[in-house]
Amino acid sequence: MATKELAGSSVEVNEEGYLTDRTQWNEAVAAALATEEGIELSDEHWKVLKFIESDFAEKQAVPGMRRLNKVGGIPTKDLYRLFPGGPIKKAARIAGFPKPASCV
Amino acid sequence: MKKLLILGAGTAGTIMANTMSRKAGKDWEITIVDQSEVHYYQPGYLFMPFGVYTEKDVQKPRKKFLPSRATYRQSGIEQICPEDNKVILAGGEELGYDILIVGTGCRIAPEEIDGLTGSDWGKRSHDFYTFEGARKLTAAMKDWQGGRLVINIAEMPIKCPVAPLEFAFLADWYLTQRGLREKTEIVYTTPLSGAFTKPVASAILNHLLEEKGIIVEQDFAIGSVDNEGHKIVSWDEREVPYDLLVSVPTNMGDRLIERSNMGDELNFIPTNRDTLQAKAKENIFVIGDATDLPTSKAGSVAHFEAEVLTENILSYMKGEEMEERFDGHANCFIESGFGKGFLLDFNYEQEPVPGHFPFPHVGPFGLLSQTRLNHLGKLAFKYVYWHMLLKGYPIPFVDHRMSYLGKKIPNKAKASA
Repeated sequence: MATKELAGSSVEVNEEGYLTDRTQWNEAVAAALATEEGIELSDEHWKVLKFIESDFAEKQAVPGMRRLNKVGGIPTKDLYRLFPGGPIKKAARIAGFPKPASCV
Repeated sequence: MKKLLILGAGTAGTIMANTMSRKAGKDWEITIVDQSEVHYYQPGYLFMPFGVYTEKDVQKPRKKFLPSRATYRQSGIEQICPEDNKVILAGGEELGYDILIVGTGCRIAPEEIDGLTGSDWGKRSHDFYTFEGARKLTAAMKDWQGGRLVINIAEMPIKCPVAPLEFAFLADWYLTQRGLREKTEIVYTTPLSGAFTKPVASAILNHLLEEKGIIVEQDFAIGSVDNEGHKIVSWDEREVPYDLLVSVPTNMGDRLIERSNMGDELNFIPTNRDTLQAKAKENIFVIGDATDLPTSKAGSVAHFEAEVLTENILSYMKGEEMEERFDGHANCFIESGFGKGFLLDFNYEQEPVPGHFPFPHVGPFGLLSQTRLNHLGKLAFKYVYWHMLLKGYPIPFVDHRMSYLGKKIPNKAKASA
């Protein structure tokens, strides 16, 4: 656990850089986290982040790829274009949620 | 007479039919429905391709394991109608119920992956999660002369999340015995960032894969199968060529759940993780692989759930508060080849860690360590399954509540809850 300065606010992150307290998250923090991933947030990115946020409120879990497709209406190809390398892991981090455990 | 209806006579449904037959009041009539007459020992599929088990070892008549008190109906099921408290069978007949238990499990859905059911399917690419798949793979392994053997997990969650790893370990052992290991590249492709879903076990198992010279392609989310080029392609355009593809396709709940509009995006039923009640309706309970619970899809889990569910349904029948709580307990032996195995024991909160099981300092089983006894435990499980587990008898010394005794819990792995 470490404290870190992001976009003018001080946030707690774990050893993998995921926020440990989502109340410290805001849009400026999201943009700063995105920059660390080499991503500049567009409306398309925000659509993904907003879906993760509303779905987390409902399911208390970061949605997987299939849920983003079927329920969120975001094609997998687009997810890889928007968040290259590891869409769910990266989107979850930028959205201020824990790293998805991708089940058990 | 009041009616208890059980859908599915697999591991979970069969255990529930047995425990409820012993414990439910005489005013309850019990019916169980399943579409096929054969009960398969699913953990045995893994061993078929390596000649450890034969086809005979893994199948027995379903009826043999069902109690005489329960009426067995062999039929497909068209739909569950929660609002009307009834189930429509494939032939159109309707069965009413006061309490419904859904134990319809999960199935592989190779059609969900672009190209997986193409011209290589059943020839160069196989699964080992079905009896037919395991049979074909057995023949393919017998004919194997070397080349690239690629194991792929399409997406999580899957039934028995350690089985693909065990396949890799057993293939390493089997091919070594046959003098073909040096002619074979074993490649393990997974959408996870390591060998397993939980960090401590993942680190230990990753190390073992490395030791055995098994190549790991992690974070590999399969997008499609190129049947002409014999390769799998990830969404981020990595290509892995294969001579033999051992696929663990997407796992989904039964189609019945989709027809009944009761499932999530994978047809798993939203279930209360403590009481095992369906979130949609209070007189519907869900058990085994059919649930959406964040624990493993495995026979041991179905067994532990059944102990909780039996108590809860008895309470519900009497109109009392349901007091038992399921903690997500899972207990799995992992075959690691060369006559050795691992044992994992964990729940919703506590990830698998090293230690002794079930008795602290004594064992006799070693948690997260490779021992010969763990391997024997795995083989003995077949006997336990047919003779004790399906009957719904508790496994000696192993409670449905996971025990923290004997577990060496590093600070980081200790559950915060």
